[in-house]
Amino acid sequence: MKKIGLIAILILIGFITWSVRQQPNNLQATSAANESTSKLVLTGSSTVAPLAAEIGKRFEALHPEVRIDVQTGGSSRGVNDARSGLADIGMASRALKADETDLQAQTIALDGIGIILHSSNPVATLDKQQIIDIYTGKIVNWQAVGGRDAPITVVNKAEGRSTLELFLQFFGLKNTDVKPQVVIGDNQQGIKTVSGNPDAIGYVSIGSAEYEAEHGVAIKLLPLDGIAASVENVRNQSFPLSRPLNLVTKTAPTGLIKTFIDFAHSEQVDDLIAAQYFVAVPR
Amino acid sequence: MTLSPRNTLSLSRADRQLAAVLRLCALLAVVVVLLILLFLFGESWPILSHVPVWRFLSDDSWHPGQALYDMSPMLTATVLSSAGALLLAVPLGIASALFSSYYASPGLAAVYRRLIELLAGIPSVVYGFWGLTTLAPLLGQWHPPGVSLLSATLVLALMVLPTVALTAEAALLAVPQHYYRCAAALGLSRWSSLVGVVLPAARTGIIAGALLAAARAIGETMAVLMVAGNVVQMPHSLFDSVRTLTANIALEMAYAMGDHRAALFVSGLALMVLVLALVGLADAYKGQAAHD
Repeated sequence: MKKIGLIAILILIGFITWSVRQQPNNLQATSAANESTSKLVLTGSSTVAPLAAEIGKRFEALHPEVRIDVQTGGSSRGVNDARSGLADIGMASRALKADETDLQAQTIALDGIGIILHSSNPVATLDKQQIIDIYTGKIVNWQAVGGRDAPITVVNKAEGRSTLELFLQFFGLKNTDVKPQVVIGDNQQGIKTVSGNPDAIGYVSIGSAEYEAEHGVAIKLLPLDGIAASVENVRNQSFPLSRPLNLVTKTAPTGLIKTFIDFAHSEQVDDLIAAQYFVAVPR
Repeated sequence: MTLSPRNTLSLSRADRQLAAVLRLCALLAVVVVLLILLFLFGESWPILSHVPVWRFLSDDSWHPGQALYDMSPMLTATVLSSAGALLLAVPLGIASALFSSYYASPGLAAVYRRLIELLAGIPSVVYGFWGLTTLAPLLGQWHPPGVSLLSATLVLALMVLPTVALTAEAALLAVPQHYYRCAAALGLSRWSSLVGVVLPAARTGIIAGALLAAARAIGETMAVLMVAGNVVQMPHSLFDSVRTLTANIALEMAYAMGDHRAALFVSGLALMVLVLALVGLADAYKGQAAHD
């Protein structure tokens, strides 16, 4: 009896594994059968991907015959795939580099990061070097930068987040250099942490920070290089800690690709951009 | 075996059919667990195949972006916060069970039990939210940054307290009434009969409840993520910020790719092993208790 049970389990596992294996083939078969429906493949930055997926959903609703396939893999993969033709459109959360000028880029949104402090903190401004020293643990007390005598609570982002990537890149740091007291996941958790701790310093997307500060949450955004951290300054591209979110194509877009990029660049997706705490570009 | 019309030794047709259905259900439950294990192995294989297992405990730090995969600080944090929570919750839970079943008046006990059940029903994310907005700032005034091993332990203790209290109470109620009456007839005070007779008799049930609570504490993610601070470091004091294995998965999974993603599945595997060890411990204890 025991043996039969064991054999039955093995057969069942085998069957389920087999059916799971079969699935990708089935998918390929269906996509081959529906060749009449056109498909756009987007690959690249994990920052742009969620926004591109939302835009894709809305685009599919308007054009039922089109399928939008969004895959992540980093900005460099997006640029390479666009160049090699592996993807119809590449996604990059940075401007094109000097050796990438053979490609076409269309900025669909802007992303800015603001340094936030508790609103009761008397420190009104920090320069770049002071922020680097605070994040690398060289300055550990607010007194050293003109604040009250209290230990600084450094709030950093978890590994893999694009906000962390941009922050480190801007200040020329490696994540191993940063000596945080708190590590957070999303923007909301960062805002809650700083608003609950008068001696904390953190950084989050400007869109979400400005919204919360206007609605009475006890945080304030620090200016950087003398420029106020606001959605307005991200939009006019004067705020330094920001970057464009680009859709990259090999040649000037035509046909369906052009329709999609024009759609992603139109007012019809403004609410999707705001929902991801990005800033719509001036048109 | 009441379905059987003739005798209980050979199964009737209805019994055989029922047995087949039950066997299938049992098989499904087992297969799901095995498949989950298989899946965890499969997803962590890309990294296990080229990174030796000991590196997950002996690397310099956890920076998967730079191919450093030390999980020992997170394992320590998981074990310490869960153990601390049990240390607080078990005595409190047993005391609460003793109070409601032997000291409180029936009316008060009923109200008290409802409140404990309510505590058990609060979603964990609400505990986390409370911890982040109330407990952590309070602790922060005393010893910054506030979010720490201590706050995680306190929130976990509060979360598992109802589990311990309710299972301990059920275990106490399962002790035959005449044990207590005999103890009373021998002239023992209420306290002595509880400590000397009732609690030892309910021991197995109470410990089973504590292990259930331990599993819950180890697996808790959201509340801990919000109050532990999430810095990957070996804690040197209760006020240091720590990251547990579960919080690590929740924090990084959405953005992880390649080896980083596989490394997160390895931490899932480590959690499974931890819980399996706990279950094994419970079984070993039960076996021992049966021999007593």
